[in-house]
Amino acid sequence: MDFESYDVLVVGGGLAGIRAAIAAVDANPRLKIAMVSKVYPMRSHTVSAEGGAAAALRPEDSYENHAFDTIKGADYLADQDVVEAFVREAPIEVIQMEHWGCPWSRDPDGKISARPFGGMTTWRTCFAADKTGFHMLHTVFQTSLKYSQIHRHDEAFATKLLVEDSRCVGVVAIDMRSGRVQAITAKSVILATGGLGRVYAFTTNGNICTGDGMALAYRAGVGLKDMEMVQFHPTGLPFTGILITEAVRGEGGYLLNKDGERFLKRYIPNKMELGPRDIISRAMVTEFEAGRGFEGPHGKYMHLDVRHLGEDKIDAKLPFMRELGREFVGIDIVKDPIPVRPVMHYMMGGVDADISGATPIAGLYAAGECANVGLNGGNRLGSNSLSECLVFGAAAGRAAAERASSVGPVGANPVTALLADETRRIRSSFLDKKGGEERIGTIREEMQHDMDAGAGVFRTREGLEKLTRQLGALRDRFEKIKIEDSSRTFNTELTAALELDFMLEVSETIAYSALAREESRGAHARRDFPERDDAKWLKHTLAFRTDRAEPRLEYADVRITNFKPQARTY
Amino acid sequence: MAEKRITIRTTRFDPDKDKVPRLQSYDIPFSDDSMVVLDALNHIKAHVDGSLSYRWSCRMGICGSCGMMVNGVPKLTCSAFMRDYWPRSITVEPLQNFPIVRDLVIDMEDFMHKLKSIKPWIIRKQEYPLGAGEHRQTMDQIDEFRQFSECINCMLCYAACPVYGLNNEFLGPAATALARRYNLDSRDQGLKDRLPVLANSEGVWECSFVGECSVVCPKGVDPAKAIQQTKLDTTTRFVLPYGNREE
Ligand SMILES: Cc1cc2nc3c(=O)[nH]c(=O)nc-3n(C[C@H](O)[C@H](O)[C@H](O)COP(=O)(O)OP(=O)(O)OC[C@H]3O[C@@H](n4cnc5c(N)ncnc54)[C@H](O)[C@@H]3O)c2cc1C
Ligand code: SF4
Ligand code: FES
Repeated sequence: MDFESYDVLVVGGGLAGIRAAIAAVDANPRLKIAMVSKVYPMRSHTVSAEGGAAAALRPEDSYENHAFDTIKGADYLADQDVVEAFVREAPIEVIQMEHWGCPWSRDPDGKISARPFGGMTTWRTCFAADKTGFHMLHTVFQTSLKYSQIHRHDEAFATKLLVEDSRCVGVVAIDMRSGRVQAITAKSVILATGGLGRVYAFTTNGNICTGDGMALAYRAGVGLKDMEMVQFHPTGLPFTGILITEAVRGEGGYLLNKDGERFLKRYIPNKMELGPRDIISRAMVTEFEAGRGFEGPHGKYMHLDVRHLGEDKIDAKLPFMRELGREFVGIDIVKDPIPVRPVMHYMMGGVDADISGATPIAGLYAAGECANVGLNGGNRLGSNSLSECLVFGAAAGRAAAERASSVGPVGANPVTALLADETRRIRSSFLDKKGGEERIGTIREEMQHDMDAGAGVFRTREGLEKLTRQLGALRDRFEKIKIEDSSRTFNTELTAALELDFMLEVSETIAYSALAREESRGAHARRDFPERDDAKWLKHTLAFRTDRAEPRLEYADVRITNFKPQARTY
Repeated sequence: MAEKRITIRTTRFDPDKDKVPRLQSYDIPFSDDSMVVLDALNHIKAHVDGSLSYRWSCRMGICGSCGMMVNGVPKLTCSAFMRDYWPRSITVEPLQNFPIVRDLVIDMEDFMHKLKSIKPWIIRKQEYPLGAGEHRQTMDQIDEFRQFSECINCMLCYAACPVYGLNNEFLGPAATALARRYNLDSRDQGLKDRLPVLANSEGVWECSFVGECSVVCPKGVDPAKAIQQTKLDTTTRFVLPYGNREE
């Protein structure tokens, strides 16, 4: 039987995963680290992040301010001890990135610059032009190449966590190139598999964002926390869903309805374009419903106007936006307003993990967008998540290294049996399956459409109940899928089927968690329960897998330290 | 009005079954003017033939995974609009100059080794302690290396490079541009460590200055310029006592 053993195994080669791998080496250089990623690390979706990474670096800023903005932005569903630790670490991590070569944009004195961002009360979003994620990812990836302790398994697709006696000892992964199903074992395993945007049709997320790590942990018995909290970004390009960064508004762009009016004055007059995402997205949908949006071939939209900023500022601060406008819309943003509408963007919910990334299963950690360490609550502030990947990626790397330095090696016995089971499952449920008639593409499109309709910016009980029924029906049909590709080599139909399986599962946790939360908080806006209800709902949702489609929901208290919940007004 | 349609021909190759690659034709609806070539491939995979294999993720021209030959020219398929080809048919093939793994998927391990060989990380004689804060760097200093840092590793330049086509030992455009990116960074002191790889016979001297790499680059990186500048570096630095900065 095929298997390789390591001390620490990181699943995911995005910002969180690579940061974790380097932290593990730094914590103990004698450790052997594996990094498994279904794409070459520099293709990870971190690459698409544009706006910046938040850190209280400037003298006029403070940890308290960053913490308060984050907690208020989260509509008080954040764990405050976690936020307080985060704001202290973020500046150190941003400096670390600088030392590794990240080309942060600078102030005239040569120090790292910052820009305003939605929901942040001061300039604290550090940026590398408007390709921040791209530069951060390539910087950490290229830096990771100098560590001989990090062994990469590029284009290896993890299908299952190896769990034995409630201890995680590795993963089963398909090597895409050879088709080989193999076990990779380790004393600690870190999930850093990113988001799940592809469960929606209209999303800024790339094709690889399919919630794999969340589903892997869920199947292993870990709870998924606050899955109802899905962020819709106000400014996606119609049709493609390509993101127009919030930095466009940070730099002074206006949002205009079809009457040429800065309509946010009716919704969030003190913040206007610099309000938090959940509030602006709701304002846009409300305007659409009142007939004040533009009508286009790809639905309703608003204008995002930067013409008054002038060509020089646009080229200095937003060059990629100009490129995207030119390439994908055929407009020059110096001369034309940008068509935009709310788009699914980020998953606040994720694998239940503590401040060091540890999950309830011994040896299993989670970091980055796939995790929920309690930082983002009901609504993540833009630019907090790149910093989150650094801070909690590093924390998980250190914790995993510490464990790996003290526990004994993984035995071959259980692994051999678990690998055989998983190999059999992949064969019988997918590759060797006979008589299927359902197309993966069709089920995926229906799921995405149903999620857009049922679990979007505004939700209702009827809509969510309908969604749970639709997802249940899709799951039944998924049992009858057909796989046309029988090749062992780079079988992307097999991986698409495995991804769809993961997506159906995490979609169900979103729908059921949203149905249960009978209040409106952060990104979760229920038309039938429009108010926040702290007495009943100031708590985290935890969804656990059961034998049926419907998860078992439990609730956990939110940790409050210094900031008492208040009305969230801006 | 009858629905607009378009013919897409793509390379099919499954090493488990096929000896040589072949082209397969698909006739698909061209339903929206905003469609890119990648949308056509996705339509085929979702609705016509699930076994077609290719790489993609971001569909916004930044992850670098969707490079293919489109009617003989290396392109990011997520940024190649069908309206620019229609009513002609479109032929999509794997990037040339690389071994084919499957259908439209190329083997790019060679580049991954080259990337590592140029030591693409900040090299300093003495680490600057974290507690000392950031290095100061001006926007002008960033402008020195900026364009070379914008490489998305899409491999279009290698597909366009006639020298790499003949001899894949050649370090090639992107790897040289990335070496240059670090050599020009005011925080870096690693030029001397990188020169051996750059100066050896498979390095920059192989380039015959065709410049096709810079023409096809979707990100405005000018690898041909990086190669020319590096040629200068490798001569002057070997003749003169090392003139590396901050020494
Ligand atoms: C368009 C866009 C713009 C954004 N802009 C900003 C911004 O300006 N500021 C900010 O703070 N945040 C931003 N975000 C959010 C932020 O970029 C992400 O939350 C963050 O980059 C996620 O990083 P990650 O490391 O968790 O995951 P990713 O970078 O998505 O990496 C996931 C990794 O897991 C691997 N993987 C997944 N499944 C498997 C599997 N089954 N087997 C093996 N490997 C697997 C993948 O190969 C990949 O390497 C943006 C997001 C988007 C979509
Ligand atoms: S230099 Fe340009 S063409 Fe070559 S890999 Fe980099 S981005 Fe692609
Ligand atoms: S899909 Fe990412 S560059 Fe085309």
